[in-house]
Amino acid sequence: MTVTVYVPKDSSALSLGAEAVARAIEREAATRGEAVRLVRNGSRGLYFLEPMVEVMVAGERYAYGPVDVTDVPGLFDAGFLKGGSHPLGHGRTEAIPYLARQQRLTFARVGITDPASVADYLLHGGYVGLKNALAMAPSDIVKTVTDSGLRGRGGAAFPTGIKWKTVLDQPVEQKYVCCNADEGDSGTFSDRMIMEGDPFALIEGMTIAGLAVGATMGYIYARAEYPHACRALATAIDAARNANFLGDNIQGTGRRFDIEVRLGAGAYICGEETSMLESLEGKRGEVRAKPPLPAIEGLFGKPTVVNNVISLATVPVILAKGGEYYRDFGVGRSRGTLPLQLTGNLKRGGLVELAFGCSLRELLYDYAGGSATGRPLKAIQVGGPLGAYLPESQFDTVVDYEALAAIGALLGHGGIVAFDDTVDMAHMARYAMEFCATESCGKCTPCRIGSTRGQDVIADIKAGHRRDENLTLLNELLDTMQYGSLCGLGGMTPYPVRSALKHFPADFGPQRA
Amino acid sequence: MTAFSAADVSLVERIAADLAHKPGPLLEVLHGVQHALGYVPADAVPVIARVLNLSRAEVHGVVTFYHHFRSTKPGRTIVQVCRAEACQSMNGAALEAHAKARLGVDYHGTTADGRYSLEPVYCLGNCALAPSVMIGDDIHGRVTPARFDALLEGEGA
Repeated sequence: MTVTVYVPKDSSALSLGAEAVARAIEREAATRGEAVRLVRNGSRGLYFLEPMVEVMVAGERYAYGPVDVTDVPGLFDAGFLKGGSHPLGHGRTEAIPYLARQQRLTFARVGITDPASVADYLLHGGYVGLKNALAMAPSDIVKTVTDSGLRGRGGAAFPTGIKWKTVLDQPVEQKYVCCNADEGDSGTFSDRMIMEGDPFALIEGMTIAGLAVGATMGYIYARAEYPHACRALATAIDAARNANFLGDNIQGTGRRFDIEVRLGAGAYICGEETSMLESLEGKRGEVRAKPPLPAIEGLFGKPTVVNNVISLATVPVILAKGGEYYRDFGVGRSRGTLPLQLTGNLKRGGLVELAFGCSLRELLYDYAGGSATGRPLKAIQVGGPLGAYLPESQFDTVVDYEALAAIGALLGHGGIVAFDDTVDMAHMARYAMEFCATESCGKCTPCRIGSTRGQDVIADIKAGHRRDENLTLLNELLDTMQYGSLCGLGGMTPYPVRSALKHFPADFGPQRA
Repeated sequence: MTAFSAADVSLVERIAADLAHKPGPLLEVLHGVQHALGYVPADAVPVIARVLNLSRAEVHGVVTFYHHFRSTKPGRTIVQVCRAEACQSMNGAALEAHAKARLGVDYHGTTADGRYSLEPVYCLGNCALAPSVMIGDDIHGRVTPARFDALLEGEGA
């Protein structure tokens, strides 16, 4: 009997040798005369167990990991094709606590299905949302998304339904849906995991957005740094087109929607929505002044929905199960779930999707098991390179947009980078300025000049050179950047700098007694 | 540097003409040219400008805005080392220093034998398995200096 074996084709799994493991399993099976069907799934997000191989035994999946090529003959000897016990075995995948305790809505299929197969997507509840949407009036689709409480998962947390309504209300023939897949924040990979592990969820979400606002064309702005994700997207878009889920006559309804992937070129600023639109138009990625909002004048001057990958990939489950179903998860004004990315110096890094309301401490210790190096955690950066650094005393803060804002921090795209006690926070503050200088589009002065001056001033403070005057100067500079920049790059670089100064003053050189 | 030949001109013309019908095609064209030639030579700029009916300044401005587009010929393999926070938290700075010493070049440099170009990159999306490098199109996680050397040897360095 043919046994189905899963070896992820996710970039992170590949980065630890998943391709070689897949080849070794094929070879070993052929040598031993075992019939094996290899499925290249996405990752379950248990990155500390990658490459994680799964075997289907009597309708249940059993996990083994981390598997090295040299482990493969031993796995066969141990009868892993029948779920046999082995030191790398973890039993039923679904029962692994890290996974079992999660609330996966957006990531329900990631790591489970074959990301190249429409049939597999349909088998696991895919395209139920689109089927419902095809029978609804556009305004009802928008209302369902509004009712769900979904807020932009790229980081700005703007209510998705309100954005869609603005586009729907524009009396214009040509509109667009643009997916912002320019996931440049350090400490984030949830967009990549969707594109590599369940690209049809994104395609379905964009199609529903198109039906909702009256757009017939969608663009995905993807990263040059993500070649595997781009290939997975291209394969899935072709498959969706062949199965009539994209094109001129979706499922015979006469409705039209298609998607094109456009490749960015290594500019962090293009994750800012107006800069992304400029780039999609083939120009330098310089930010636009707002207003006009992209929802009114967006791509090529037309009304445009700009949403992040996670926002769009969450739309199918909302349309499948209803706005209330999604809204019933979460706390306060943060409704639904958030895929959190536990990264950096952590023992068990990976993706954890939970309803809003869990604490940072729970994520860092219960899930991630503390630092990888075994040293105490000194700081975490939440929300990407423009997010604040939090000390241990703030780890009880809960994952909730408003709770983070209340302590001068932000949730952003849900990435958490952990640092042990060897980190020099003055160095990280200076690095934040350096990153801003490297990635500034140059259009506005506070960001372009401020980021370079910021590096110098922090170096002077650290060196003890006219420390007090330079601290005053730095604070004034941070105000200028925060309130005078055209977009979030210059406007938010003060977050990591200010928080480092506030919580870790000892790292900024000797203070006068 | 090798001269820009008539064949190169027609190659660039063909790439640009094939994509000219798309809305806002310039980035697509530049990706196409870089894919074919390994970089976007200065001599390609006026050709692209002519086919797409843009000014040279517009094309030059776009080429130089994006980190990904190169104006000089790269080594046969591009080695990208991540400099972002998650990699720094796992001693990425030591890996960066090692990569520079091992290849004998600084960032944006190409080894004398023309084999490798070294580039910084800001996040490869592999942050749970830091530090990360990308060699060609292949991503590698949890890279120690020793593993970095082994990876290069695997490449035949």
